[in-house]
Amino acid sequence: MIVTVASGKGGTGKTTVTASLATIWQSKLLTVDLDVEEPNLHLFLHPEIETTSTAEMEIPVLDLSKCSLCGKCAELCQFKAITMMGKFLMTFPDMCHGCGGCLAICPDGALSPGRRELGEIIRGRAGKADFIMGRIRIGEAMTPPLMNIIKDEVAATIRENPMDVLIDAPPGVSCPAVTSVIDSDVIVLVTDSTPFGFHDFVLAWEAFSPFGKPMGVVINRAGLGASEIYRFCADKSLPVLAEIPYDRAIAEAYSKGQVITTVSENLRELFVTLKQQIENLAAGAGQEADHA
Amino acid sequence: MREILIISGKGGTGKTSLTAAFAHLAKNKVLCDLDVDAPDLHLLLAPEHESEVEFWAGNEARIDQDTCQQCGLCREMCRYGAVIEHDDGHFSVDSLRCEGCKVCVSFCPDEAIEFPEKHCGQWYISSTRFGAMVHARLFPGEENSGRLVALLKQEAKKLAEERHLDLILSDGAPGIGCPVISSLSGTDLAVLVTEPTPSGRHDLERVASLCDHFKVATAVIINKFDLNSEQTASIEGFCREKNYPVVGKLPHDKVITEAMVQRLAVTELAETGLSLEIEKTWQKIMQLVP
Repeated sequence: MIVTVASGKGGTGKTTVTASLATIWQSKLLTVDLDVEEPNLHLFLHPEIETTSTAEMEIPVLDLSKCSLCGKCAELCQFKAITMMGKFLMTFPDMCHGCGGCLAICPDGALSPGRRELGEIIRGRAGKADFIMGRIRIGEAMTPPLMNIIKDEVAATIRENPMDVLIDAPPGVSCPAVTSVIDSDVIVLVTDSTPFGFHDFVLAWEAFSPFGKPMGVVINRAGLGASEIYRFCADKSLPVLAEIPYDRAIAEAYSKGQVITTVSENLRELFVTLKQQIENLAAGAGQEADHA
Repeated sequence: MREILIISGKGGTGKTSLTAAFAHLAKNKVLCDLDVDAPDLHLLLAPEHESEVEFWAGNEARIDQDTCQQCGLCREMCRYGAVIEHDDGHFSVDSLRCEGCKVCVSFCPDEAIEFPEKHCGQWYISSTRFGAMVHARLFPGEENSGRLVALLKQEAKKLAEERHLDLILSDGAPGIGCPVISSLSGTDLAVLVTEPTPSGRHDLERVASLCDHFKVATAVIINKFDLNSEQTASIEGFCREKNYPVVGKLPHDKVITEAMVQRLAVTELAETGLSLEIEKTWQKIMQLVP
């Protein structure tokens, strides 16, 4: 089972929920931080790092001595990574999306594959669970290529050694968020009930519901803000899987880098139940879940 | 003309609530919401649209089944796994995975792949009780947020020139990727809103490095500073070491949520310790962009 914890708005508690679930997960687990721009899961799970590797993608390298300036590559490139400027051809490796089209179309053999550093991939163990995270290089604009490399590693890992996967996704509803949820079995949307939280939650629902995957909701800081979230979930038959109460003690525990299941036995129980609810959802029994 | 951008690295530190308060306090400005992916500023400013424009960007491959000879070259060449081979032998493009690179279109021996442009969102020029506002909505799941951010910045600048306004105040996106990089271009001061938590601190360091990388001046606001005095002291130490001026330390106060529920800037409510601190913070920010 691959579970992705996502949200529209940032700061609603994705990492809190992911870290808490990871600490109560009994079966074999791989925890994944796919928020490669601002990964935070390691700050709470404190993994023992085993390997750090550099992730790269393919970009074209131009050999001007072979180039006949036919311009086919520049014409094909949709990302302005190769441009004809008068009698010059210039490459802008930072703009390249790695489609490989220019290398395939060049009739002169003037383009060869080079590499652009995307960032790091860090693997280790957090408690009983395996851990993997990515960290984009400062200044690198494109995150999906690094996320896809991590997802390929995750897929290879579970092919060899089947286990559950728990993914902490980046915020938002555009391409990075879609990249994280697209191959999961269950989506857990974390929101708070403030107007901002609710507004972005609806955006996330709009973005992710076309995938037709089982989706459930965790309401964080419950009791703060408005109740329209409950009406929305009822209307859309979206099960509310858990509600985490608003409590300054939780905010303080978080500020000390603690996983909030350690705050009280009740909170621990809440996440044990949440895990059960997620399994039910995956098994297709989710329609029965209710926030009552 | 000065451009001030409010960003944070980590989401949920209070960017938008503070931007709305600064929008209330600032004079002669254009407001701009550059978080085109999950914009929230409009919830507090209730903009009335003066103009609405479609945002078209990028293209998407689409296989014409009548022309396709099912050779499979497109699937072989697509680096994004976006071409799907179905059991009955026909091929189709998964629009969610299509990068819009045109490789399949160019190499298809039967010219069977169309490449229409995509309508990715809408953008608006609006009026609010605090002045003009430029904002947008990227359709859920869409790409090209960087291009839309660049477009909004350009439009905000044009509007400011037309209306003789000398400040652009922008709310940015979380993270340090494509839309944030795009929002930094031409910015005079990036105000980084952090909180005294391990993730707030961690993400501040990364977003500050990004500003350094692109040579954009930064100032720091520590929001909810009283949540953890040790972390706050450590963030202040970090800022001293890096020469990032700390322009405000704001207390954790539920009045932020109350203002949000009432759809107001927190400075529009009755005066509180928090609103006074926000005013002082805004004055310090303005001193940094004379």
